[in-house]
Amino acid sequence: MIRDITIGQYYKSDSMIHKLDPRVKLFGTLIYVITLFFYKSPITYAASLIFLGIVIALSTVPLSFILRGLKAVFVILLFSVVINMFFIPGEALVHIWKLTITKEGIMTAVYLGVRLVMLVLGTSLMTFTTTPNELTDGLEKSLGFLKKIKLPIHEMAMMMSIALRFIPILTEELGKIMKAQTARGVDFENGSMIHRIKNMVPIIVPLFVAAIRRANDLAMAMESRCYHGSEGRTKMKPLKYEKRDGMAYIFLIVFLGIMIYLAFFLSR
Amino acid sequence: MSIRLENVSHIYDSNSDEKSVALNNANLVINEGEFIGIVGHTGSGKSTLIQHLNGLMLPTSGTVYYDDEDISRDGYDLRGLRGKVGMCFQYPEHQLFEVTILDDVAFGPMNYGISKEEAVKTAKSCLYAVGMREELYGKSPFELSGGQKRRVAIAGILAMHPKYLVLDEPTAGLDPEGREHILKLLRTLNEERHMTIILVSHSMEDMATYVDRLIVMNHGNVEFDGTKEEVFSHKKELEAMGLSVPFFRYVVEDLKERGMNIDTSALTLEEAKTAILDAIKRKENHD
Amino acid sequence: MKNLILKIKDLKHEYISYQDEDEKGTIVHAVDGVSLDVQRGQFIAILGHNGSGKSSLAKHLNGLLVPSEGTVFVENMDTKDPKNMLDIRQNVGIVFQNPDNQIVGSIVEEDVGFGPENIGIPTEEIWERVSRVLEGVGMHAYQKSSPNNLSGGQKQRVAIAGIMAMEPECIVLDEPTAMLDPKGRQDVLKLIKRLNQEKKITIILITHNMDEVLPADQVFVMNQGKVTMSGTPKEVFYHVDELKKLGLEVPFATDLAYELRKEGIELSPDIISKGELVEELCQYV
Repeated sequence: MIRDITIGQYYKSDSMIHKLDPRVKLFGTLIYVITLFFYKSPITYAASLIFLGIVIALSTVPLSFILRGLKAVFVILLFSVVINMFFIPGEALVHIWKLTITKEGIMTAVYLGVRLVMLVLGTSLMTFTTTPNELTDGLEKSLGFLKKIKLPIHEMAMMMSIALRFIPILTEELGKIMKAQTARGVDFENGSMIHRIKNMVPIIVPLFVAAIRRANDLAMAMESRCYHGSEGRTKMKPLKYEKRDGMAYIFLIVFLGIMIYLAFFLSR
Repeated sequence: MSIRLENVSHIYDSNSDEKSVALNNANLVINEGEFIGIVGHTGSGKSTLIQHLNGLMLPTSGTVYYDDEDISRDGYDLRGLRGKVGMCFQYPEHQLFEVTILDDVAFGPMNYGISKEEAVKTAKSCLYAVGMREELYGKSPFELSGGQKRRVAIAGILAMHPKYLVLDEPTAGLDPEGREHILKLLRTLNEERHMTIILVSHSMEDMATYVDRLIVMNHGNVEFDGTKEEVFSHKKELEAMGLSVPFFRYVVEDLKERGMNIDTSALTLEEAKTAILDAIKRKENHD
Repeated sequence: MKNLILKIKDLKHEYISYQDEDEKGTIVHAVDGVSLDVQRGQFIAILGHNGSGKSSLAKHLNGLLVPSEGTVFVENMDTKDPKNMLDIRQNVGIVFQNPDNQIVGSIVEEDVGFGPENIGIPTEEIWERVSRVLEGVGMHAYQKSSPNNLSGGQKQRVAIAGIMAMEPECIVLDEPTAMLDPKGRQDVLKLIKRLNQEKKITIILITHNMDEVLPADQVFVMNQGKVTMSGTPKEVFYHVDELKKLGLEVPFATDLAYELRKEGIELSPDIISKGELVEELCQYV
């Protein structure tokens, strides 16, 4: 199950998309997500799908790997689609028990389903092609203007990259603690809800203790290596726009223009 | 009364392309009352092997029998098994969570439906057995030193009154004093309470001093299984696996090579000392 | 004076421990009056059981802790003066016990570059340094790997590379092998020895493992926050009884020689290796 969660993972490759500046990719994702919510019509969805298809093809990330990411959110997806199908009032089509499926309900459900799938695919493509560090660097730089109003952007970016680095370590730690407590007779699978919640205590407490211990160690190690915030800090991998990034921006602006045209002028 | 592994294999990720064989066709019988050591370098399959002993892992093929009962069969009481085969993982102090030491040790037995009163009584006797002073019982486990925490965690496993006790490198990270404390405790448990001990360790010298039987793991295979004398006689093979024989064996062998008429069966300091003294005496008598 | 890299004088470190809900708390003397000098290029070992104060001492060597009393000078800079902090930490790096908890980057090269980034080294030079030190610790093949896929010994070598990339004069290692398997331990120890001999880096190795002490030029034994013994490994291991009383061990060869001497076999009291022991016993052949 945990293996199926590909969201947030990085897929190693040397593609054009991988090489793009993370700021371009952040901007692109933003535009893509905004346009997804523009207007419900088959033509705008088709346009978004073509855009997504082009980017996926350029990224060289295998489609099967991308689709695996959907497995993890499948339940949520199904849930929201079904809810919509039944609870949108309108022209009745089928009656099941006390519930009614309406034509409007089906339409909304389909739109919603497609929108959610495309949202997950688009955003996960961003993480597949960008390392966590690039991502945080990109965020730090893109949001750098907020430093002027005293927001600790560097610190927040550093925290984010450390969190990303420690997620797998703490996941492993969680597995170890669960095994150790299972060996002491804790039963995680059976029993009442309250019983099961109570059984979380022997896991949560050691996990917190471990996280704090690690945080303390890491803080010392970082201080030992002269970390003192962003002041006077240089970058090993400074973000620099290349020619391809300019091209990508132009492509994105054109895409945005097409979407605006399709959504607000053509469809009306 | 035994734990028996018959053709046990464990393959990770059986459904993806990358299969890794963590345990390959292992056959073992662990009898009650034994003191067994398991050695092998990292990734040799040691930890997969020991997790099969209490059903934390089940074989992907083959069968594990506890007292002649297949533990993989439907409806087998795995939780009950875990009470009988105690498992002490590496750095067991990381699993401590209760407010007081006493409560933490009583946690195991209480999971098995023992009354609080009874569990506390057991906890006290186990804390006593691992050498914790009574005035510490009401303290938080997080206030203790590393060695003390380790002993409390072991007491927490002893409190379930297991017949078998499996320990994965219980002395890792401890100083010499803490290390000796734990190893001597294991010896006492084995000799006086007839508890079966299965000890995973990297120290050949500790193995030579404490265990009777030695199992050597390599690439998921049980490479050797026999008395420690037997196993340590395969010096060349052990070295080829990146392992070694105890330091004192190397000393007596070097002396033999240099022409001393000496018995080279020694594994421990005591044995080496006796062998050297004997050899010197023999030489003096001869002269 | 020029060759003195570290100068510790009457160092005391106290903290207040609040146990048992009593309000006052008790004062703990983690380090209790330690004085020692370290010459440039030396290999120093600090030996002591857990809780002897050796880790607290280590944290004073680059200003992670500042003395409650006494002084610590690194390259003639007082660690109490905050102005010196970055210079001191660039000169004295610390490698800690747990390899996972000291790696900051998600890729090996990014982690090694972290220190140089912090001290403002220009980008091109960071890359040169990263590639050089990874070569130096034998981890060049893993430059683009995630640290999560490395073994404990490899992670520890990456951590050492991360310190080396700041080009320090001195590296303090606080039980760097305690969590490693024998192979990882050997690799790390070999690397430490090489850094000392080839790169002339001053090494301060903190450990309770006797075998790791043998290559040191000088050993300090700590107990209850004080230095109770010091000298070359041979001089220190001569005192078998005292060491055992402190909850420490001696190398196997020393122990065996000690036992044989008790039985009336004539052997020199400063045997620390198997070779020496075998050599001396051969006179009885």
